[in-house]
Amino acid sequence: MVRLYKTDNMQKTRIIKDKTAQAVMFALTLISILMVVVMFVGLYLKSAPVLEERSLWRLLTSSEWRPMKGEFGFLPFIASTLWVTFVAILIALPISLLTAVFLTEYAKSYVKKFVFPALDILAALPSVIYGVWGVLVIVPWISKHVAPYFMDFSTGYTVLAAGIVLGVMVIPILVSLFIEVFSSVSMELRESSLALGATRWQTTKKVLFRRTYPGIIAATVLAISRAMGETIAVLMVCGCVIGIPNNFLDPCYPIPALIANNYGEMLSMPMYEAALMFAALILFFVVLVFNLISRIVLYRLEKRLGS
Amino acid sequence: MWIAMLIVFGFVISVIWTVFSKGMKAMSWDMISKLPGGGFYIGKEGGFLNAIVGSLYIVGASTVLGLIISIPVVFFLNVYLKRDSKLAYTARMAFDVLFGVPSIVYGAFGFTIMIYFGLRTSLLGGIIVITLLIIPIFIRTMDEATRNFPGDILDASFSLGATRWETLRVVLRQIAPGIATATLLSIGRAIGDAASVMFTAGYTDSIPTSLSQPAATLPLAVFFQLQSPIPEVVDRAYAAALVLTVIVLILSISSRFITNRFSKNKI
Repeated sequence: MVRLYKTDNMQKTRIIKDKTAQAVMFALTLISILMVVVMFVGLYLKSAPVLEERSLWRLLTSSEWRPMKGEFGFLPFIASTLWVTFVAILIALPISLLTAVFLTEYAKSYVKKFVFPALDILAALPSVIYGVWGVLVIVPWISKHVAPYFMDFSTGYTVLAAGIVLGVMVIPILVSLFIEVFSSVSMELRESSLALGATRWQTTKKVLFRRTYPGIIAATVLAISRAMGETIAVLMVCGCVIGIPNNFLDPCYPIPALIANNYGEMLSMPMYEAALMFAALILFFVVLVFNLISRIVLYRLEKRLGS
Repeated sequence: MWIAMLIVFGFVISVIWTVFSKGMKAMSWDMISKLPGGGFYIGKEGGFLNAIVGSLYIVGASTVLGLIISIPVVFFLNVYLKRDSKLAYTARMAFDVLFGVPSIVYGAFGFTIMIYFGLRTSLLGGIIVITLLIIPIFIRTMDEATRNFPGDILDASFSLGATRWETLRVVLRQIAPGIATATLLSIGRAIGDAASVMFTAGYTDSIPTSLSQPAATLPLAVFFQLQSPIPEVVDRAYAAALVLTVIVLILSISSRFITNRFSKNKI
């Protein structure tokens, strides 16, 4: 009897341990999920003063930026962000798409052995390093070799410089997302296409792309949201001149750079702080929406194509 | 396609070459063993030991904290919850979103929290923000490793009468390489992130002696000193960039090595 009682007790402690662990883990999970909400609410509350003063529409479409007079028009920064992101995707998309197709459809395994570590390195390098590279290589290159064809003089700190640096930073993300998307297409589909006499490229075009185009778009959207939030590297090469860029050789001033540059001094002015928080809120919101949409598309695709 | 590949390789080589050629010239023993003399922005002497130590403090502490928080979450998602659980779906979605949130937003958000609690730019602030930043990376990478975990093993463990808590030991052993990779990845991200520590950890010339003092970090050492008009200071930035790159390269290579090496022993 005594022995049985003991095991009974032990059984109980085991179950209690299990339940306690469950409760703790559940709490931790919940807290980390709530982080999304907390961040949104926190940023919103902080930016409330400026939202009360000016209408949302005016904040987003005005190009007057005079913090001293309380004028906060975000249009130049939004336009800069869009320009830079556009250039970055324009550069990164074809390169990464072709690289991903090559790696999944064409490449022999020994080629992959070289390419994957290279992509790893690109992905791992911190953005400051890209910034240094941009300042030392891309900016002088643009100033000396690209800009002279179009204008008299350019410092090189331009939309194009920021776009190139960002584009390179986005490539590894895009490639790994594309590879994930492409490898969800079953081998049988490819083989049946090849068996019908299609060449590899035809198979890629007609089977792979057609089958995965929602995934390709979703991956691109994800990369766009990544590119929009990149700070340090862009800050170092964008020129930081407030104004709406008219072409790709104008300097620009994207939202993250704005936040990073002005954060220290803003504490003295509550309105200024609110405006910068609003900038962070815009970024957060855009990234949130883009991420949700593209992740849902990717999940669905994975489920549909998954064997 | 070969051209696309060559372009990618060209970028890799160009970036690495730039950092190494500039960094090697500027590199010396003093750089990594001395504090900056006469201010990091104008002082011509010394190195950036403060940034190295500051980065190590922040990254070390937040990696440990991140592991403590994220391992239970991963277990909860994979062992405690059913495969098609709505909560697990929502959680994965939330972490994907958090993973995508730019670090500058983390920085801004962390800064407001710090003000709320009356903290000033400090080592503690940096640690908190970097922890928040790397938790989604930890969870996503470990989750990826755990999701492929065969359900049969779980069932076998349960059928022997083990509780879910006891089953974790089995799972832990199986996903250990996954945890190692996730840790290396997170360290790489944590050590290179500048935007989030800019406002939260600040920058100083000295090595912090308590949690409430500001701390210098490697990426910021590169960023601030590169803008200096004095060549010696810019050299310091190059050397710091070299150190940062070497650390990140080692991390990246060893994480790939671990994945290749230990995935063989997996069931």
